[in-house]
Amino acid sequence: MSLTKQYPGKPEKVYFFGTCLIDLLYPQAGLAGMQLIRREGVQVIFPQDQTCCGQPAWNAGYREQAEAVVLNQIRCFPEEYPVVVPSGSCAGMLRNQYPELFRDKPEAQQVERFSKRIFELTEFLVHVLKIELKDLGQPTKVALHASCSARREMDVAGEHEALLQQLENVQLVEQVRKAECCGFGGTFAVKHPDISAAMVADKAQAITDTGADQLVSGDCGCLMNITGHMEHQGVGPKGQHIASFLWERTHDPKS
Amino acid sequence: MTQKAEFDQRVKQALDNPQLRRNFRVTMDGLMEKRDKAFPDKAFLEELRTIGANIRANALARQPELLEQLEANCTRNGIQVHWAETIEQANRIVLDIMERHHATRMIKGKSMVSEEMQMNHFLEAKGKSCVESDLGEYIIQLDNEAPSHIIAPAIHKSKQEVARLFKAKHPDIPYSEDIDTLTRSARQILRRKFHDAEIGLSGVNFAVAETGTLCLVENEGNGRLCTTVPPVHIAVTGIEKVVEKLADVPPLLKLLTRSATGQHITTYFNMISSPRKPGERDGPKEVHLVLLDNQRSRIYGDSELFDSLRCIRCGACMNHCPVYTRIGGHAYGPPIPGPIGSVIEPQKFGLENFGVLATASTLCGACGEACPVRIPLPKLLHRLRYEQVREDRTGATIGQGSQRSGKEALIWKLWSWIHATPLVYRSATRLASLFRNRIPNRIGPWSQVRTTPRIAPKSLHQLAREEGFKHE
Ligand code: SF4
Repeated sequence: MSLTKQYPGKPEKVYFFGTCLIDLLYPQAGLAGMQLIRREGVQVIFPQDQTCCGQPAWNAGYREQAEAVVLNQIRCFPEEYPVVVPSGSCAGMLRNQYPELFRDKPEAQQVERFSKRIFELTEFLVHVLKIELKDLGQPTKVALHASCSARREMDVAGEHEALLQQLENVQLVEQVRKAECCGFGGTFAVKHPDISAAMVADKAQAITDTGADQLVSGDCGCLMNITGHMEHQGVGPKGQHIASFLWERTHDPKS
Repeated sequence: MTQKAEFDQRVKQALDNPQLRRNFRVTMDGLMEKRDKAFPDKAFLEELRTIGANIRANALARQPELLEQLEANCTRNGIQVHWAETIEQANRIVLDIMERHHATRMIKGKSMVSEEMQMNHFLEAKGKSCVESDLGEYIIQLDNEAPSHIIAPAIHKSKQEVARLFKAKHPDIPYSEDIDTLTRSARQILRRKFHDAEIGLSGVNFAVAETGTLCLVENEGNGRLCTTVPPVHIAVTGIEKVVEKLADVPPLLKLLTRSATGQHITTYFNMISSPRKPGERDGPKEVHLVLLDNQRSRIYGDSELFDSLRCIRCGACMNHCPVYTRIGGHAYGPPIPGPIGSVIEPQKFGLENFGVLATASTLCGACGEACPVRIPLPKLLHRLRYEQVREDRTGATIGQGSQRSGKEALIWKLWSWIHATPLVYRSATRLASLFRNRIPNRIGPWSQVRTTPRIAPKSLHQLAREEGFKHE
């Protein structure tokens, strides 16, 4: 966890960027992220016109096609509120790749201002909201898979861990080669299915070997890949997005 | 066959070979651990990487001027400098030197540039014998193979395979799986070759402009023998290997050996500054330096891809690459494998031939994190993906736009339209949710090893509305 990053004070309002994968496949994770923020007394706005950060096209080399999508997202977040993203990968795209994509274009300044407002969910919870979690769940062993973009691009693997460590009944177990990629890589899994399969098999094995009851990740792409493989093989723990996991363990349904 | 089909075939071959996969996994794990141990102080590592990156960036920024200086100083030292724009020219230069000396036997130290030139094939076709003297290179030469890793060329072979190979090629030596015995046998064989060779050839790790010195890093001593025993020494290198001054070498050397094998220092570090001088008892009578361009100037002209020329060939990016670890070096195709190979080789040999390599990465960033001179490898891989499908064809990369397919382009246009038009997107996701149970359970190769993701009954857009989250 980097100590050199600069963070603003707690804002009154934030925008939430749900990501397309969460929108369609894991909406509960997005909702949990929003609830975690709202519980801290911050108003969460979810612009209904948002769609996808544009990363799929960008990564495939289709920059012009990504640009149109990017401009649509920027339009959705007009006010100067922070934009919170429950994914290291999409947050990395919004924060680091957008300025890259528009470097020599007339929108460059506008894009850069937008990108500066991007926060990955766990870094926002830890550094901006300074959240304190009270664990209401049963004792459990959890393996964490921080995505490559969370770890390297956003440098928030430490924030993932810090949040899990706040939970009293959660024991965080470590997998071998924990920093190694799970083999998803968006279109990589489609274009090079054999290599991807070899990678995810090893990752699933490493996670299963920890004896964890649950797998937690801050990125739904990795979750879809790893838990998809574990389910297919009928081994390994169940997977959950870190936001759902945190919310479920700290939320009293009666309150 | 398309480059993709060929690549897939090589990948399949590698993935289907359990021995190969084990060898790579174990060795790469070992190398990663050694690098990690070689840099116990991470702040120091980062500082050193910055220094290394700056030295290389500075050398590149001044490359034309430094190359001139290098030539002038080498010449003054008595080293004969040759410029080769193409691989053919470089091979021709080497051949001419051999012919001038009526030489037929060459002994070689390790040189990736000579691999790039396919020099052995070229010279052998002209009736010359070229014997590799680096143990790893010698092993793969016996088996008629290319290197599988830039610092450990025979890494894919187990000692049993090597033992069988030695026995098959040298029936008179006793069979042994003992590494020391094997090494001793190789040494016996090679000693004669050193003695008989009329030409010694080596690569160059750093060419110092300030002094006209060629630096050569090695562990086995064969490099030293190649450059001192035969009467003529030829060094071949890419033009990007030039550095400004001697003081630049120690930090780069430190980074090179620690990143490569975790060694603080190698057994040998050669600095070649001239042929044998009058009164000196050993060393070659002639030293030649062949400076190869082969598209490097073209790469140099691109303000972003330019960074790939910083490479000091340590191999750390391969060691840390999860794809390389799975498929090994041969699957890539060109001489340099792994992340840096996927960046540099398509630029040298054309995107139409090796552009597929840029897609064979998850962009996980492990390579960029390991690179001692901070080459932004994922960013460059990404750039090449763009180059191969871009429409305008104004860039400098060979084979630009060659991988653009009408069908793929159409899919992305459609994708873009859906995601840039909120109303369309919402209708599409609503439809997807509605018909979620009608979506097939098998989606291509994905579902061969994974369950298919299920679309949720309600999208986050819908849930957010229902839970009372404002939308503006
Ligand atoms: S790109 Fe970097 S890590 Fe890879 S071989 Fe070159 S210097 Fe080493």
